[in-house]
Amino acid sequence: MTADLGYGMTLVALGLALYGGIAAGAGARSGRTALIESAQHAAIGVFVLVTSCFALLTYAFLTFDFSVRYVATNTNLGTPFYYRITAVWGALEGSIILWAWMLTLYTIILIVRHRVGARELYPWALATMLGILAFFLLVMTVAAPPFQRQMPVPADGRGLNPLLEDTGMITHPVALYLGFTGFSVPFAFAMAALITGRIGDTWLVLTRRWTIVAWYFLSLGLLIGGWWSYHVLGWGGYWAWDPVENAAFMPWLTGTAFLHSVMIQERRRMLRLWNISLVILTFGLTLFGTFLTRSGVIASVHAFTQGSIGILFLSFLALVLLTALGLVAWRWEALRSEGELDSIVSRESAFLLNNVFLVAAAFTVFFGTVFPLLSEAVRGVKVSVGAPFFNQVNVPLFLSLVFLMGVGPLIAWRRASLESLKRNFLWPVALGIVAAAAAFALGVRSLLAALTFATTVFVAVTIAVDFTRATRARLRVGESLLPAMGGLLLRHNRRYGGFVVHLGILIIALGVMGSHAWSVQTETTLHRGESAELAGYRFRFDGLTAVEESNHFKVIGAFTVSNGRVLGVLRPAKKFYPQEQAPIAYVDYRLGLREDLYLVLGDFARDGSQATIKLQVNRLVSWIWIGGLVLTLGALLAILPERHRTA
Amino acid sequence: MTRRRKLVIGGLVIAGALAYMIYAGVTQSAVYFVTPSELRGAAVPGKAYRLGGMVVPGSLKWEPRSLDLSFTLSDGTATVPVRHKGTPPDLFGEGRGAVLEGNWTADGYFKASLIMAKHSEEYKAPHDTNQAGYRELFKTLRGEGR
Repeated sequence: MTADLGYGMTLVALGLALYGGIAAGAGARSGRTALIESAQHAAIGVFVLVTSCFALLTYAFLTFDFSVRYVATNTNLGTPFYYRITAVWGALEGSIILWAWMLTLYTIILIVRHRVGARELYPWALATMLGILAFFLLVMTVAAPPFQRQMPVPADGRGLNPLLEDTGMITHPVALYLGFTGFSVPFAFAMAALITGRIGDTWLVLTRRWTIVAWYFLSLGLLIGGWWSYHVLGWGGYWAWDPVENAAFMPWLTGTAFLHSVMIQERRRMLRLWNISLVILTFGLTLFGTFLTRSGVIASVHAFTQGSIGILFLSFLALVLLTALGLVAWRWEALRSEGELDSIVSRESAFLLNNVFLVAAAFTVFFGTVFPLLSEAVRGVKVSVGAPFFNQVNVPLFLSLVFLMGVGPLIAWRRASLESLKRNFLWPVALGIVAAAAAFALGVRSLLAALTFATTVFVAVTIAVDFTRATRARLRVGESLLPAMGGLLLRHNRRYGGFVVHLGILIIALGVMGSHAWSVQTETTLHRGESAELAGYRFRFDGLTAVEESNHFKVIGAFTVSNGRVLGVLRPAKKFYPQEQAPIAYVDYRLGLREDLYLVLGDFARDGSQATIKLQVNRLVSWIWIGGLVLTLGALLAILPERHRTA
Repeated sequence: MTRRRKLVIGGLVIAGALAYMIYAGVTQSAVYFVTPSELRGAAVPGKAYRLGGMVVPGSLKWEPRSLDLSFTLSDGTATVPVRHKGTPPDLFGEGRGAVLEGNWTADGYFKASLIMAKHSEEYKAPHDTNQAGYRELFKTLRGEGR
C-alpha cells in the first residue's frame, strides 16, 4: 500500500518534471510566458510530490512499515528513534530520494529568486534543473526504487548498517548532497548562457552566491565525513584517499578553482571559456562521483553491469558532457576572452596558477581513483595506487596552493612593480623564514614540516597586513577601531569571508602536517591490571563489562589513563549486532589541542582477563576540526548579501 | 618571445612536471593485485603485492601476547603461508575472504603489513545461531565485570 502510493507519486513527478522541462524550453524559444508559467507550476508540483515521497518514506521508517522493502532492509524494531530518521538516507535508494528532494528545493528557490530578475536566462536554467530532476526521478523509478513492496511482510527488518548509527551520519550526507546538488544551479545557468548566447557576466553574477552556498555545504560534508571516519571507523585517521572520499573531493577542488577564476572574469573579462568549462566539469564530477560510489565499479570494472544504476549514471553523464561540449563548440567564438594577461607577476597570473594547481590536483585524484579500473580494463591486471601516491603528488601541489593563497589577494592586478612587491611581501616573507628557523631551533627536522610552517606563517602575515592596512585607512577617516574592523568584515564580506576561509585552511594544513609528522601508535595485549605506555601516558586495563542495548550487545573495556596524575577512564568497546557477521569496534578517545588519546579495543579473552588494544597519540588533529569551523564561518560570511560592491 | 609563447611554455613546464610526478608516483606506489596461484607462480621477494584469497579453515593461529598472527590464504588451487604482527580485524576469520597488503619474503612466507577483511553483502537473517554464542559470552563477562 505505502509502496504503491510512493511509487505512483514518483511516476507522476517524473512525468511532471519531463513536461516542465520541455515546456520551459519551448516557452523560452517562443517567448510565450504562459508556457514558462506552466513549467513553473509543474516544478512546484514536482516539489510537492517529491516532498510527499520523502515524508512517506520517513513515516514508513518511523512506523516500522516492513511492507516497504527498503524499510525492511535498513531498519529493525530495535533501531532507536532518531536513527530511524537517518536510516531513510542510509542506503542507495534513500540517498537518491534525498538528492532528488534537494534538487526540487533548489529549483523552488531558483524560481523564487530569479523569476523576475533574469528574464532571458531563467527559463533555460529552469528547463535544465527540471531535466536533471527528471533523471533522478527516472533512477527512482527504474534503477533504485525506494518504494518496492516486500512480500510477505517480515515480522522484523534487517537493521541499519551499524557504522551509520552515529550523529555524524545525520548531517554528513545532508551537507554533502546539498553541496553536490547545489552545483547544479550554476551549471543550469551556464547552460542557459550558452543556449541564449548571453555568455557575458550575467550568469556569473547570478550564480556567484549559489556557488559559495554549494561550496560551503560540500566543505561541511567533507569535514563531517572526516570527523566520522576519525571517531567511528577506528583506524585512527580522518582521510584515507578512499574512492568514496575522492568522489566528493574532486568536485570540491574544481569548485574551489571556479570560485577563484570567477573573480578574474568579473574584473578583467578573461577566462570565459575556462569558467564555463569549470562549471561543466564540477557538475560532471558530482555525477561521476555518484556513479563511482554507487555502481560497484570500484570493486571491479565488471561489477557495474550487474545493476542498471551504473549504466544509467554513465549514460546521463555522457549526455550532459556531450550536450555541454556541443554548446561550448557552438559558442566558441563568443567565448574567447577580451582581456589579456599583461604580466606573469600579477594577480591574474597568481589566480591562474591557483586554478592550474587545483585542476591538476583534481586530475591527480581522478587518475589515482580510476587507475585500478583502467589497468584492469586495458591490461587485465589489477593494479592499485594507495595513499602514498596521492600524498606524494598532492602535497607539493597543496603547499604551492597555500603559498599562492598569500600571494593572490595582495599582489597588484595587471603588473606588480618591484616597489609594490616589497611593500606587500617583505614582512610576510621575513616572518615566514623566521618561523621555519624557529621550528628548526625547536627541533623540527622534517623539511616538509618546516616548509609548511614557513608557508602558513607567510600567508597568515599577508592576511594580517591586508586587514591592518584596511583598518588603518578607516581609522584615518575618523572611525573607531572596533566599528572599523566590523564594518570591513560586513561591507566587504566576500573579500574578508575569503580571508577567513584561508585562515581556516592554514589551520587545517597545520593539523594535517602535525598529525602526519608526530602521531605515534602501538598495539599490545594486556592482562587485567597491567599497563601500556605511550608518549608519556599510561593506560591501565581495569577489566571488561557487557551491556545489552536495544539492538545490540556491547563489550566495554575500562582503561585508566594517567600521565603522573590520573586523567580519566577510556571505555572503548566492541558492539555485536545480531544481523552482522562480525563485531564493530567502538572507539574511545580524549581530545586535546596538543594531542588526542585514541583507544581501540581489538581482541579480548572471553573471561575478560585479557584485552588486545591499539592505542594512538594523535598530534594536532583537533586543529583540523577547528580550522574546519573557521573555514565554514568564513564561507557563511561570504554568503551574506553584499552591502557594498567592492571596487 | 611573445607573451603568448611564454604562457604556452609555462603551461608545458607545469604539465610536464605534473606528468612526471604522476608517473613517478605510480611507479613507486603501484601495488599489484594477485591471487595465491599468481603469487606462487612469480613472486619477487621484497616487492609489494595485494594478495586476495580465503583464509583456510584450521590454519589460523593468533597469539595475543606477542601479537603474532599466522594463517594460510588459498584461492582453491594454491596456498600461501602468511604472517602478520597485529590484531586480526573485526571481519577477519577462517573461511572468510581477506585482502592483504605486504610482500613476499625470501624465507617463503607472505609478510602482511595490512589486512583488509572482506565484508560480504549477503542478507543474513537475524537471530540465528550466532546469538546463542553471544549470550553465553555475555553471561561470562557479566559475572566478571567491574
